[in-house]
Amino acid sequence: MKFTHIFSAAVIAATSVLSGGAFAADITGAGATFPAPVYQAWAVAYKEKSGTGLNYQSIGSGAGQTQIFNRTVDFGASDAPVATDKLAAQKLLQFPAVIGSVVPIVNLDGIEANKLKLTGPILADMYLGNITKWNDPKIAEINKDVKLPDLAIVPVYRSDGSGTTFVFASYLSAVSADWKSKVGAATSVQWPAGAGGKGNEGVAGTVKNTKGAIGYVEYIYASANNLVTAQVQNKAGKFVSPTVPSFQAAAANADWAGAKDFAASMIDTPGDTTWPITSATFILLPKEPKSGTQAAEVIKFFDWAFKDGGAIAEKLHYIPLPADVVARVRDAWKAEVKADGKPVWTN
Amino acid sequence: MASLARRRATDHIVKAISTAFAALSLILLAWILWTLIARGLPALGPNVFTRITLPPGHEGGLLNAIVGSLIQIVVALVIGTPIGLFCGTFLAENGRGTQIANVVRFINDVLLSAPSILIGLFVYQLLVVPVGGFSGWAGAAALAVIIIPVVVRTTEDMLNLVPIGLREAAFALGAPQWKVVTMVTWRAARAGIMTGILLALARAAGETAPLLFTSLGNNGWSLDMSGPMASLPIAIYQYAASPFDDWVALAWAGALIITVGVLTLNILSRLVLAKMK
Amino acid sequence: MDATLSGTQADQALASAHKPTGKVSDPIFVGLLWASGIFVLVLLGLIIAMLFEGGLPALQEFGISFLWSTTWNPVTEKFGAGVMIFGTLFSAIIAVIIALPLSFGIAFFLTEIAPGPLRRPIGVAIQLLAAIPSIIYGMWGFFVIVPLMAAYVQPPLIEWLGPIPLIGALFQGPPLGAGMLTAGLIMAIMILPFITAMFVEVLESVPPMLKESAYGVGATTFEVYRNVSVPYGRTAMVGAVMLGLGRALGETMAVTFVIGNATRMSASLFAPGSTIASTIANEFPEAAPGSLKLQSLLELGFILFVISFIVLALSRMLVRTKLKG
Repeated sequence: MKFTHIFSAAVIAATSVLSGGAFAADITGAGATFPAPVYQAWAVAYKEKSGTGLNYQSIGSGAGQTQIFNRTVDFGASDAPVATDKLAAQKLLQFPAVIGSVVPIVNLDGIEANKLKLTGPILADMYLGNITKWNDPKIAEINKDVKLPDLAIVPVYRSDGSGTTFVFASYLSAVSADWKSKVGAATSVQWPAGAGGKGNEGVAGTVKNTKGAIGYVEYIYASANNLVTAQVQNKAGKFVSPTVPSFQAAAANADWAGAKDFAASMIDTPGDTTWPITSATFILLPKEPKSGTQAAEVIKFFDWAFKDGGAIAEKLHYIPLPADVVARVRDAWKAEVKADGKPVWTN
Repeated sequence: MASLARRRATDHIVKAISTAFAALSLILLAWILWTLIARGLPALGPNVFTRITLPPGHEGGLLNAIVGSLIQIVVALVIGTPIGLFCGTFLAENGRGTQIANVVRFINDVLLSAPSILIGLFVYQLLVVPVGGFSGWAGAAALAVIIIPVVVRTTEDMLNLVPIGLREAAFALGAPQWKVVTMVTWRAARAGIMTGILLALARAAGETAPLLFTSLGNNGWSLDMSGPMASLPIAIYQYAASPFDDWVALAWAGALIITVGVLTLNILSRLVLAKMK
Repeated sequence: MDATLSGTQADQALASAHKPTGKVSDPIFVGLLWASGIFVLVLLGLIIAMLFEGGLPALQEFGISFLWSTTWNPVTEKFGAGVMIFGTLFSAIIAVIIALPLSFGIAFFLTEIAPGPLRRPIGVAIQLLAAIPSIIYGMWGFFVIVPLMAAYVQPPLIEWLGPIPLIGALFQGPPLGAGMLTAGLIMAIMILPFITAMFVEVLESVPPMLKESAYGVGATTFEVYRNVSVPYGRTAMVGAVMLGLGRALGETMAVTFVIGNATRMSASLFAPGSTIASTIANEFPEAAPGSLKLQSLLELGFILFVISFIVLALSRMLVRTKLKG
C-alpha cells in the first residue's frame, strides 16, 4: 500500500538535481500566517540595512512545526506555543516575536466603538447559545448607559483553523467552566452556535452584514478597518478598551519568569489596564543548528527586529514585545543556541 | 384539449420566460465582469506587473505570482499535453471500438469533472508528503492532472472528425503508423487539437484548490520549483481575505487579470473551432 | 474479386510497405499510445488508492460510523463526516433545483426562439459563465451576493414563510447572507452552462421529421418542445442534470466563501453549513501532518471521490447511450 515510497525516491532525486542553489546568506523561515505581514515588512527593511534577505513562508503553524522538526528551514513559527517535551525532543528553542490581541466586534445600531461592555462569561454564554438576546438582563446590568435592542445575538466565528480561534477559545475556557467542559480550545473547535466566516475578512464581513452579530478578530484587523469593538472586563474586574497600551500591559503582567520556553500565558492576566485576550506568536530555533552561521543570521535578524523593528510592527498594528521580555530572549539566545559547544551569537 | 387561444397564450408566456432566463444569464455574466472591472481596474497599475508581492504599505505587485503561475502552467502543459495527446490518439486510432478504449474514455470523462480539490489532496499525498515539503513541482503535477482529461477529450473528438479516407490514403502509400498519425491525422486536426490545449490552459490558469496543498504560494521571488511557489489564484485567495486595503485591492486586480486571461483563451479557442467547422 | 487483393495479401503488402521506415519506430509509437491510454486508468487508480490509504487510519479509528457521525470536534479529536455529507448533498441539490428550470428555458430559447445569427454569440456568452474561475465566483458571491441576500432576500422570506408549519423549517434563523441557499445559488450559476450546453446538444439531435410532423398537426413551439423534443432526449437530459450535480458536489472555492462553514446540521436554507470540499479547504492548512484530523480530512476526500464518481459515471452512461445509440 505504500505508493508513497515508490515515488519519493524518484522525486527526491529529481528535486536535488533541479533545485538551484539557494542564496547562502539568506535565511528561511516557515509557519504561522498571522505574523507573516510583519515578518515580511521586517525582512524588507533588514535587507536594505544588512544585505541579508529573509524568505518567510506563511504555511500555517502546523506545517511550520513540521518544517523545523525536519530542519528544512532555518526557523519555524507557530501561533500556539509548542509543548515542552516536544521542544526538548526536537532540541528547539522557543521565543516570542510579536504580540497579537483578539478583540470582539459587534454590529448594533447606535452603538459606537468601545461603548458596549462585555465580560468573559457573557461572551462564553453568547457563543454557547445560552444568551440569545441583546437585551438579556446579564448584558443590560453592566450596560446601563447603553440602549440595548430586543434583537437576536448572532455569534460569528472563524471557520478556518487559526491561531485567532485558539486564543479566543483559550480565553473562553479560562473564564467559563461551562465552555471548558463543553467546547475547549484548539485552532478550530465545534461551535455550539453561530455562523462561520473564512478568515478575519470573513468574520468581519459577516458581522458587518448582520444586525445583532458579534465576532472576534485580530486587533490588527479591527484597527485597520475601523470595526466597532467592545470593552471586556479583565481579571482585576475593570472594563478595558482594546488599545495598544492595554495589550502591552498584558504582556508586561504575564509571568515570563515562571514560564517555561517563554510560553507565558497572556490570557486573563492580572493588572488594572490589562486586555485579557492577548497572546504572543512564537519562533522555533534549533539549539544545535547544522550551521552556526545560519543560526547566527536568524538571531541577528530578530535582534535587529526587537531593537529597530518596533515602529514597523506598530504601523501594521502589531504589538512589540516589552523590553524586559526582549532581554530575557537575548539571554536565552546566548545560553542555549550553540554550535560546537560555543554560542553562535554573543552580543 | 385546451382552446387554441389558450394554447397560444401558454406558448407566448413560455417563450417570454425562456427569453427572460437567457437574458438573466447574460446579465449575470455582465454583473460578474462589471464587479471585477469596477474593483480591479483602479488597482491595476504598472506595479502589479513590475513588482513582487510586498508587505502591506510597500506598494507591491503580483509579478512573482504571475511568473509562478506561468511557470507551473507551462510545466503542467509540458507534462500533460503529450500524455493527453497520445491518449486521445489512442482512443481515436488504435483503441477505436475496443473494450479497453471504452473504459479509458469512461474514466477520462469522470476525471474531467472530478472535484479539483481532490486532485490537490492526491498530489499532496503523492508528492508533498514523501518529499517533506510543498513545491512548484507538486503544483505543476496537480495542474497536469487537470489538463490531461481536457486534452484527451478534445483530441479524440477532433481526430474523429478527420476523414478515414485520409488515413487510408497515407497507409496505402506505405507510410508507417507513426508517420500517418503525426504527418496526416494530427496535421489535419491541428487547429482542433490547439483548441483543446488552449481550453486546458484556461482551465489550469484559474484553478485554486489543487494548488492550496501542493505549491502553497510564496510571498517572495522564487523560480525554484523544489520549494513553495507563488501563483496568481493563491495570491488572490490570500489577499482577498487580508486586513490591508492595498492587499485587497491587489486581489481584485489579480482577479481581473485572471478572468480576462481565461475568457480570452476561451473565446480564442472557440473562434479557432468555428473556423475549422 | 479477382481484381482485388485478398485480405491477407493486402496485409502482407502493407506490412512490406511499412518496412523501410517503420520497423523500429512504429512499435515505440504504438507503445506510447497504449501507455498513455493505460496511464489514465492508472491515474484514477492512484487517486483512489492514495485517498483511501491516507484516510484509512481515520476509518479504523472511528469505524464505519464515521460516515454518519455528526461530530466534528478538533478539541477532543472526534471526527465524523455526517454534517459534511449532508451539506454537500443539500447544497448541490439546491443548485440543481435552481439551475434546472433555467437550463430548460435557456435551451428552449437557444434552439427554438433566438434568431439564427444570435444563437451562437448568446450560446458562447452563456458558456463563458463556465469558464470563470471558481475563486472569482467566491469573491463575487462573498462581496456582492451575500450582502444582498442578508439585506433584501432573507429578511422578508424569514418573516413571511418562517411561521408557516413544515415549510417554515426551511426559512429559519438569522439573515446571515451566507448559508446553504446562497451556496446553492452561486453553484447554480456555475453549473447552468454545463447543463444548458448538453440540453442544446440533445435537442439539436432530435430528428427534424419528428418535430415537423408535430408542427404539421398544429402544435405550438412550446408543445413540440415539451411533447416531442424533451421526451426524445429525456435519458441524455437526465444525464446532463447528473453532470451538473456531480460538478456541484465537488465545488470548493466558491462554496467556501459563501456557505458559512458551520459544522452543524440544519434543515433551514439560510443556516450556515459546510460541504466536504469546503471543510477540506478550511481545515487542511492548520492540520498537523500525521494527525487524526488530517487523516479524517483525507477520508472525507475519499468519500467525496466515491460520491462524485458514482454520480458522474451515471451521468456519462445516460448521456452516451442516448447520443451514440
